[in-house]
Amino acid sequence: MANISQTNEAVGTNLMARALREAFYAGLIALGLFVLFVGLKTDQNILNELILVQRWGLLAIFVAIAVVGRFLTVAYIRPWFEERKAAKAAAPVVEREASFVARNFSLLAVLALIIYPPVMVGLFGFQGSLKWVDNFGIQILIYVMLAWGLNIVVGLAGLLDLGYVAFYAVGAYSYALLSSYFGLSFWLLLPMAGVLAALWGTILGFPVLRLKGDYLAIVTLAFGEIIRLVLINWTEVTKGTFGISGIAKASVFGIWSFDISAANNFAKAFGLPMSSAYYKIFLFYLALALCMLAAFVTIRLRRMPIGRAWEALREDEIACRSLGINTVTTKLTAFATGAMFGGIAGSFFAVRQGFVSPESFVFLESAIILAIVVLGGMGSLVGIAVAATVMIGGTELLREMNFLKQIFGPDFTPELYRMLIFGLAMIVVMVWKPRGFVGSREPTAFLRERKSVSGSFTKEGHG
Amino acid sequence: MALETDTMTKDPILKVEHLSMRFGGLMAINDLSFEAYRGDITALIGPNGAGKTTVFNCITGFYKPTMGMITLRQKAGKEYLLERMSDYEVNRDAKVARTFQNIRLFSGLTVLENLLVAQHNKLMLASGYTILGLLGFPTYKAAVGESIERAKYWLDKANLTDRADDPAGDLPYGAQRRLEIARAMCTGPEFLCLDEPAAGLNPRESLALNELLRSIRKDTDTSILLIEHDMSVVMEISDHVVVLEYGQKISDGNPDFVKHDPKVIAAYLGVEDVEVEEVIEEIQEIAPGETH
Repeated sequence: MANISQTNEAVGTNLMARALREAFYAGLIALGLFVLFVGLKTDQNILNELILVQRWGLLAIFVAIAVVGRFLTVAYIRPWFEERKAAKAAAPVVEREASFVARNFSLLAVLALIIYPPVMVGLFGFQGSLKWVDNFGIQILIYVMLAWGLNIVVGLAGLLDLGYVAFYAVGAYSYALLSSYFGLSFWLLLPMAGVLAALWGTILGFPVLRLKGDYLAIVTLAFGEIIRLVLINWTEVTKGTFGISGIAKASVFGIWSFDISAANNFAKAFGLPMSSAYYKIFLFYLALALCMLAAFVTIRLRRMPIGRAWEALREDEIACRSLGINTVTTKLTAFATGAMFGGIAGSFFAVRQGFVSPESFVFLESAIILAIVVLGGMGSLVGIAVAATVMIGGTELLREMNFLKQIFGPDFTPELYRMLIFGLAMIVVMVWKPRGFVGSREPTAFLRERKSVSGSFTKEGHG
Repeated sequence: MALETDTMTKDPILKVEHLSMRFGGLMAINDLSFEAYRGDITALIGPNGAGKTTVFNCITGFYKPTMGMITLRQKAGKEYLLERMSDYEVNRDAKVARTFQNIRLFSGLTVLENLLVAQHNKLMLASGYTILGLLGFPTYKAAVGESIERAKYWLDKANLTDRADDPAGDLPYGAQRRLEIARAMCTGPEFLCLDEPAAGLNPRESLALNELLRSIRKDTDTSILLIEHDMSVVMEISDHVVVLEYGQKISDGNPDFVKHDPKVIAAYLGVEDVEVEEVIEEIQEIAPGETH
């Protein structure tokens, strides 16, 4: 016993010494790296002369982070990981029964979403719940719908589409223009926006049918930009960068309206006090219903021959053709179906904002939607929904972090660091789970038991 | 020769006439004509680079030949000109299925799903091009049941029933070969083209493959065309052998005839063209009369 504890102690002091030594080196390297970048800053003084500003305090912070970080990594974090790995290897493999939550995750999530608005109203009152229902709830649901749409193209059919936001724009502008110019109702335009976006999906599909991988990605990227530039420059119709404002609100199937002046106003009809929260809560449930519809259709489609053909196309296009599958129509239906979801989400976006402008449909949006699909695990609806919640909810949460101003000063606006955190989160997830949150694939048919297919067998598709 | 008497009685399912395929300056196939007969296992053999796979790709629509005509006659009498059809139509309409030299399975789909994808066109029709299926019409459910039965039949034939719910990429090599053949058979072909089905198999797997091919010939109406390097497989299971060298046919007949054809021996042993005459003489000296 004594021997063992002694050796342990020896190892311990060794480790500490090593950690201190490495921390010292890390500090030296950081100092060398940052002394000119951070320690000194060139600036202009009032006489327009170039002066050197010395920032030794900031430099010290940089070096301290490197030193402490290295010390903690070597002394604590790495041994902890190794210990855990050893413990895992030593422990016998037990088939653990999945917990209740894990087994019924989707059902519980839907239930939680259904009771979400009343809970928020209960916690924060009608006015206070606006932010939680609108900024968090509706926005996340829109991204979930978009990501589920893109999932059909990228996750199932394996066609890398970097211009997905174009269909979102087509949907949003379809609603905005047709409702402002022709006064058509939301309930008519919602499916119409989907159909129009699907049409544009097919139009994009034709020229890119022969392209694969990187080439396909570039052309879809260009398509997204073309749509945006048309929206900016076709000023007679789209009003260019000013955008279209005053878009009509949705009504409850035409029975109750949310316009304050209307006779059949929702609040008046029920004798409730006026509040914009009803409309937001209505939109929340509408978004939830649309998401459920999208999920239902996607799950059903995967079990249809067309869905299997999409996945087969992702795995091997040549084999598909050798089995008599017309890959042209298969690709086009994937583009059209994905675009349709994007278009429906777009028209919903327009009705929620009451305002659309080309600024909402930049490439960054495409990239975020694609990132959500990849992070969630290509092909997995649950994974994608979780990724959308974490990514969009997380960045939205930054706005709430006002306490950070007390640390970093009043000029600090946490939401400006949105993209930085988004990027960091992506790197962390991709290192930790290279196939996304849900890396495995659920088979669409089985003989004896449904075994999920490990991500190492599925392919990402080559366009 | 033996072949000519056969031609009179046998019904050709595939007729390749004056087929040529040029890649730039390279003549991969040069004026090739041969026939494959209904119910037969026809083997296409030849040294590396002889153009065997190119012939396959021309037949199955993956290449458009520079010249020539490929006619497929179905049992019902309908004729298809394969060189005019695109690759998926060759399978869908002309009922020609194929496998690949480097196995092309849908490795992320399960074995059963692989076999269901192969029945795409039938299921597509039953699901009313997805719309009726999406609405949950019973016709689609019945069709799925039927497809699963068919998949089960071929799983059993290929001895893969135990692995039906595993990803195809997880199967050992020999099983993947058998699955690829089972998948091709699920499309309900009249003519099956196998590109080196025995390549890389160990003797036991090779035996299982031969059994599968024999049972396809025995239990279905499917005729088979196969490319093979392994002469023992060719000689054992094929009824008719076509030998290619440098894109040209050098021999055509039953296995026994081909085995003793001096041109074939020369091609496989690799002698100079001028020496072929010598080889013929030598063979005739050793075994007179056997070349016929």
